Amino acid sequence: MSLGPAEVAKIAHLARLAIRDEDVPAYARNLSAILELVEQMNAADTAGVAPMAHPLDMAQRLRADAVTEPDQRAHFQAIAPRVESGLYLVPKVIE
Amino acid sequence: MEWETVIGLEIHAQLATHSKIFSGAATAYGADPNTQACAIDLGLPGVLPVLNRETVRMAAMFGLAIGAEVARRSVFARKNYFYPDLPKGYQISQYELPVVQRGQLTIELEDGVSKVIGITRAHLEEDAGKSLHEDFQGLSGIDLNRAGTPLLEIVSEPDLRSAKEAVAYMKKLHQMVVYLGICDGNMQEGSFRCDANVSVRRKGDPKFGTRAEIKNLNSFRFVERAIEFEIERQIDLIEGGGKVVQETRLYDPDKGETRSMRGKEEANDYRYFPDPDLLPLVLDDAFIDTARASLPELPDIKKQRFTDQYGLSSYDAGVLTASRALADYYEAVVMALGGEAKLCANWVMGDLSAFLNKDNRDIDHSPVDPTSLAGLLRRIQDRTISGKIAKDVFEAMWAGEGHADAIIEQRGLRQITDSSAIEKVIDDVIAANPDQLAQYRAGKDKLFGFFVGQVMKLSKGKANPQQVNDLLTQKLKG
Repeated sequence: MSLGPAEVAKIAHLARLAIRDEDVPAYARNLSAILELVEQMNAADTAGVAPMAHPLDMAQRLRADAVTEPDQRAHFQAIAPRVESGLYLVPKVIE
Repeated sequence: MEWETVIGLEIHAQLATHSKIFSGAATAYGADPNTQACAIDLGLPGVLPVLNRETVRMAAMFGLAIGAEVARRSVFARKNYFYPDLPKGYQISQYELPVVQRGQLTIELEDGVSKVIGITRAHLEEDAGKSLHEDFQGLSGIDLNRAGTPLLEIVSEPDLRSAKEAVAYMKKLHQMVVYLGICDGNMQEGSFRCDANVSVRRKGDPKFGTRAEIKNLNSFRFVERAIEFEIERQIDLIEGGGKVVQETRLYDPDKGETRSMRGKEEANDYRYFPDPDLLPLVLDDAFIDTARASLPELPDIKKQRFTDQYGLSSYDAGVLTASRALADYYEAVVMALGGEAKLCANWVMGDLSAFLNKDNRDIDHSPVDPTSLAGLLRRIQDRTISGKIAKDVFEAMWAGEGHADAIIEQRGLRQITDSSAIEKVIDDVIAANPDQLAQYRAGKDKLFGFFVGQVMKLSKGKANPQQVNDLLTQKLKG
């Protein structure tokens, strides 16, 4: 399976990555090479093998339901580009 | 042309925890913007989510309550999309292996028929923040207090066939999560929200039609109206030669219609993958047994017990077990009174509920507690007061004037059961109304009620009604 320029552009858009037009062929080639590797792995017989959700063979630790985080709004908002009335201001997104 | 509607609901129930699903920030409603959004909720680099044990216990309880499989192993996945109310660029959810799988809920329809609705799955996920689009000079304001709040998303099978069935299912599910104590059920605050997948097909067609997903349904009424509107819209569209497109639509409660949400063309390209920050969730027998042990008596079982144990009608039992708090209150009254289950039911469903409604209070905030109500009912039972006088006493109790006995004494409301005293009142009434007496004796039987009224009035409602009837009948004969 190989990717064309349109698919590369779509993937970049979904990931909100800006790529230059002249780099598209190289991305297409590299990404296609990764997919080819996946194709090869697809040939392995995995019937009866449970999909691996995590490389560590461990289970998720659980924490107690307790409020441990104090309000640090002023601290966090010190690095925000714009704030008003306690809100983070961002470019308008309308559905 | 006969059409059949097919509906499936996705319900988001906010879990009633103190802290968030993956962070130790508070989940309290109504706090100042961003005062409950910590580094994990903001998606700052280098943070690690750690799962809240309570959310898992609540999900397991729900699974057990609907007869579902509680998965021994489930996996958290990233659902990728960019929107400013979700700063990480993904929502942590569950995809291929949810914690709850294959359950069911039985709903009762208006005609009394029961119907089993399949529940495909329920999974744990985090809520997003809130975007405010007004008043910021062309910018959006973002409040991330809600980001990371635990949600249980409950997905039904496409088993619902009308807006009414959808509402019945949603109400039943609402009752269940509130009973279980895993969700406060507050729909105004968004603790229980619904998206509806609606499609229509020609009756008998084995294939489903193309569905539209309606979002923004935060009341039972809106769910019913939005689905009704959507069914009409789809049928009109197809009968007019058009085609339903698969899309997300928003319900506008002011206009009572659904409209297409533009700009979500990549919406379904979420590129789920297992979240490397979280290990698989593994539940052992002990954990599931603990969840099972914390299950309360479930609504259907409680309702059945109320009919068996207290001899109530199915209707009364349904009303009294609508919420756990109301059922507990009722049982406390019966316990305190030592019986008279029907009398207690009438008062809890009647005067008490009416006063609660009038003052817009819930049962937990009733100024009259179960013991006090039982104290009042005891005085009806032992004939100290009539049921009618009891209503006045109850009103005084509601206003905080004290216990029933104190009010009865203070106001001198004790029922008159002394026959000679009642006879005296009757004699006075008859003497004062010679014309009516003559008419009555001439055959105008209807005037009996007039005399009863006069006697009750003169005795300030305190004469025992049965005795008044008996004595009056004798006296009027002459």
